[in-house]
Amino acid sequence: MGTMFARGLKRKSAEDGEDVEGGLAGTQATPSYSLQRQSLLDMSLVKLQLCHMLVEPNLCRSVLIANTVRQIQEEMTQDGTWRVLAPQAAGRAPLDRLVSTEILCRSVREQEGERPAADVGDGRTPGLVPGLSAVPSAQALRSPQSSLWEVDSSRENRGGFQKSLDQIFETLESKTPGSVEELFSDVDSSYYDLDAVLTGMVGSTQSGHGSGLQAFTAVATPPPGSSCRSDLGELDHAVEILVET
Amino acid sequence: MERELETRLRAWMEGRAESRWLEKCQWELAEPHPETTQLESVRADIISTVEFNHTGELLATGDKGGRVVIFQREPESKNAPHSQGEYDVYSTFQSHEPEFDYLKSLEIEEKINKIKWLPQQNAAHSLLSTNDKTIKLWKITERDKRPEGYNLKDEEGKLKDLSTVTSLQVPVLKPMDLMVEVSPRRVFANGHTYHINSISVNSDCETYMSADDLRINLWHLAITDRSFNIVDIKPANMEDLTEVITASEFHPHHCNLFVYSSSKGSLRLCDMRAAALCDKHSKLFEEPEDPSNRSFFSEIISSVSDVKFSHSGRYMLTRDYLTVKVWDLNMEARPIETYQVHDYLRSKLCSLYENDCIFDKFECAWNGSDSVIMTGAYNNFFRMFDRNTKRDVTLEASRESSKPRAVLKPRRVCVGGKRRRDDISVDSLDFTKKILHTAWHPAENIIAIAATNNLYIFQDKVNSEMH
Repeated sequence: MGTMFARGLKRKSAEDGEDVEGGLAGTQATPSYSLQRQSLLDMSLVKLQLCHMLVEPNLCRSVLIANTVRQIQEEMTQDGTWRVLAPQAAGRAPLDRLVSTEILCRSVREQEGERPAADVGDGRTPGLVPGLSAVPSAQALRSPQSSLWEVDSSRENRGGFQKSLDQIFETLESKTPGSVEELFSDVDSSYYDLDAVLTGMVGSTQSGHGSGLQAFTAVATPPPGSSCRSDLGELDHAVEILVET
Repeated sequence: MERELETRLRAWMEGRAESRWLEKCQWELAEPHPETTQLESVRADIISTVEFNHTGELLATGDKGGRVVIFQREPESKNAPHSQGEYDVYSTFQSHEPEFDYLKSLEIEEKINKIKWLPQQNAAHSLLSTNDKTIKLWKITERDKRPEGYNLKDEEGKLKDLSTVTSLQVPVLKPMDLMVEVSPRRVFANGHTYHINSISVNSDCETYMSADDLRINLWHLAITDRSFNIVDIKPANMEDLTEVITASEFHPHHCNLFVYSSSKGSLRLCDMRAAALCDKHSKLFEEPEDPSNRSFFSEIISSVSDVKFSHSGRYMLTRDYLTVKVWDLNMEARPIETYQVHDYLRSKLCSLYENDCIFDKFECAWNGSDSVIMTGAYNNFFRMFDRNTKRDVTLEASRESSKPRAVLKPRRVCVGGKRRRDDISVDSLDFTKKILHTAWHPAENIIAIAATNNLYIFQDKVNSEMH
């Protein structure tokens, strides 16, 4: 528990496994740092998705998390661990935006789908790239980020974001009725335990659609004071509204 | 005059043999007078805001259930010297109810985000209370007399049989048990698309402002169907949104000046005389980032959760996740003072991000003379920093170790290394026990601390006068 994500000015040799000195552009980050950074990225994406419950999400929190995601993506781009096949863009700015929306577009399922190959043992950077290029460009053009900020935006804007939300709610519906806490309680919470990630123990929960959900709900165990309601009946209500049949 | 006072006080303090004001302070839990109605210090709901009025006689608290409870300080009585100035419940009312926004299919929480008192202009007290979307003006009046001896009605209010009325009498006012009546005078609705985080009454006593994540509106206290938008940071394309407004306040003396803070750690001082839309700040206060401390969490921990002008109007106090900072209005480049609240959390930021604690919004407070600042932390700890002596103290708001009249003893968090007997280690801190809301009496050393469902009022009996 005490590891800090720090971007040092110099890249140290990885003599200390716990040390997290990242590199500047051009240098390869150490595998453990990449893993942790990827964990942070995944955790952040989950947080962004799960704040769409019954009460309007906290905009400040969402903005801060999205900025963190952007920072990670920028660093990964500089490291060269992030290669994006983005459609031809006019200038630098639109490309950046496409890249950032691409991250947010990627549903967790697509992330999970790419993971099993790379997850066993060391770094997962090789597995990362094919996953990215698999994202359909149609999704990349939409901006689920705006749907995070403006809940009253038209339904179409939700795009790829909506897809992953559907997955969440589909799976929730298929579970036996009970409180949401029950839903989260039997989940393997080791996924987001950084120690477990470092030792490569995480791997069993990554395959398929349903367990992909379980992996990221581990983080979602509602902290005290969160706005997630425990009544599954109200979640059904929310599903109806959001899916809008 | 203020400067003279300040210099004199400082000289006096420095001249003392041991100017250890904070250490000499003895904070006691203020228990209610045994004969008055019980102090409802434990609530069904989490307390979400605490605010003294301008004299300190009244203390208003709001909670997550939309209720407001006002406490009043009992006047000192010679008959019961123990109960000098204790606070008792004065009034309780339901300010906001939960609502449903049908357009967005979302609930609007009834939680009271902020309460601000209006300066008292007559016998009645008034306050503004707000939830995420709607601000309400409440008037609090007392009734302690009632008329008796009506000609046409009897004591129960029923009409008299006119044949029994043989003479006329003048109704007289007879004393009755004190009744506190609260009525909603204004409802300022539909002014905000995003969630209101602050309200602030202007020194002109006629206007006030309300700020949400992206906009700040100026209202007239008497007009509810109109407000002026004075700050708008919503980008044309919401995808470009990277910064939100986190807090705002009017200057205590200059009715044209106000400040607002952002999630990127900057403060903007604006002058309403400069333009109708104050998007261009008059002054931008921002501290350059420390490159050696850079991490993915740097921006999040730099987000300002609260900003407060000093009573003098010369300084501003800001709170971000790990520090409190004092800014001089004349210096934009950096704060003049920085105090570490709980720097031992710096190595735990990843875990605190994971459990969302990193997004907790702590408030901060000045004492009446602007010499001491206070803010809350975790494990029901709160911290005070003496700006003159540079000493600080950590205290805990809990009933366990405090009997009535018992004095709070300072606490310490140890970060490994030598551990003293009563120290708490960082890893055993309870992050669910957070003190987000604190308030300091405007003139005396009385503080109100909200610890989840509990309200604590501490008084310094030794040094009741402000230093």
